[in-house]
Amino acid sequence: MIEIQNVRKSFGSLEVLKGIDLTVEKGEVVTVIGGSGSGKSTLLTCINGLEPIDAGRIMVDGTEVHAKTTDLNKLRRKVGIVFQQWNAFPHLTVLENVMLAPRKVLGLSKDKAEEIAVKQLTHVGLGEKLSVYPTRMSGGQQQRMAIARALAMSPEYMLFDEVTSALDPQLVGEVLDTLRMLASEGTTMICVTHEMKFAREVSDRVAFFHKGVMAEIAPPEALFGAPKDPELQKFLAATH
Amino acid sequence: MFNTALTLSDLGFLAQGALMTLAVTAVSVAAGTVLGVIFGVVRNQLGAYWSAPLTFLLDVFRSVPLLIQLVLGNAFQSIAKLGWPPFTTSCVVLSLYTAAYCTEIVRGGIASVPPTTRRAARSLGMTWWQDMRYIVAPLATRVSLPSWIGLTLGVMKDSALVLWLGLIELLRASQVLVTRLQEPLLILMICGAIYFLISFPIARLGGYLEKRWSND
Repeated sequence: MIEIQNVRKSFGSLEVLKGIDLTVEKGEVVTVIGGSGSGKSTLLTCINGLEPIDAGRIMVDGTEVHAKTTDLNKLRRKVGIVFQQWNAFPHLTVLENVMLAPRKVLGLSKDKAEEIAVKQLTHVGLGEKLSVYPTRMSGGQQQRMAIARALAMSPEYMLFDEVTSALDPQLVGEVLDTLRMLASEGTTMICVTHEMKFAREVSDRVAFFHKGVMAEIAPPEALFGAPKDPELQKFLAATH
Repeated sequence: MFNTALTLSDLGFLAQGALMTLAVTAVSVAAGTVLGVIFGVVRNQLGAYWSAPLTFLLDVFRSVPLLIQLVLGNAFQSIAKLGWPPFTTSCVVLSLYTAAYCTEIVRGGIASVPPTTRRAARSLGMTWWQDMRYIVAPLATRVSLPSWIGLTLGVMKDSALVLWLGLIELLRASQVLVTRLQEPLLILMICGAIYFLISFPIARLGGYLEKRWSND
């Protein structure tokens, strides 16, 4: 369970998160929508401790992420994240990209790490690309590789930060299909996305962020069908 | 037409000089690179403000002519009664000189690794050290290699200045022969050819590694 309690975060004088409360249960899929600069991506990077927070707290399975005593490297094994920019390691092949963390962080043997990596890459449809360098692949393929790379650590939670935003339109579908597959397998996910149709399909709950505040959170039928917050109404009108 | 007083033993003398050049270069580049990597990482970690004293010191080594550094270095070791032989003094000064340049190369290489790539590594649970070792080091090395090869070749030629401390390296050996035989053209051509023979494999090694690392 991920518990986000009254989290505040500023960059300089700009407050990007103004007291966020959100609890995500095991097996739940929560998507976060909202305009640019609404703080939704920042929240994800706070959840696995890549960004410090100014107030409040975030608990992952009872461990306080930003406590001084928390071993973040250990915590991050539990919380996988995939970014808008896929961030392939360009000097490693696709297989090596996925094997690296299981070998070095989890200390698995080469054979075991390779077995896991091949399994995950096959799962996201890259079983034929094992020995290719990522720069030789399309953005969609690199993004799916990044997903496999995160999944190879067998995380209990997956965070997706606008993973289709930097892709060419014709490549968005293949990545969303991968996310749909993960959602249907019961992966606990928080997805920040601009893909409304996708959010409507896969989510258990959808959260709308506006100017650092979670203005509304509800199951997709309610949030898209009968939005209450006036800003959400405007946002949905503009994105349809 | 081809009539020279140059003997086989003179060529041996030149070869000895070349070995001295190689030795001074090898020691200085090795030590300078190790120091340069350490300083480069430190500068990156500390940021511009906290590493200012180090930066200033390295700027001194980069801007004062090497000849002056060698002479001052030698004077310093003698005043401090360190009792260093010229070879040691030469290597120490050249190492620091190399380190000053190498620091900038390393710093630039590390800075060329996108922060987002490093963030991805850390998000997989890698420690700072694992990120440096498996992501930053290989990527930064690829970026830095051409400059580092250039530095090595430069230091090899600059090492000729150690003749001022009395070391008989390649250039000094050539000078001795020129003075004795009065055949400057021939001897300097041989000397130049030897410098080329030493440099060429280093330059080719750089080209080879660049090609090998280009993921093709």
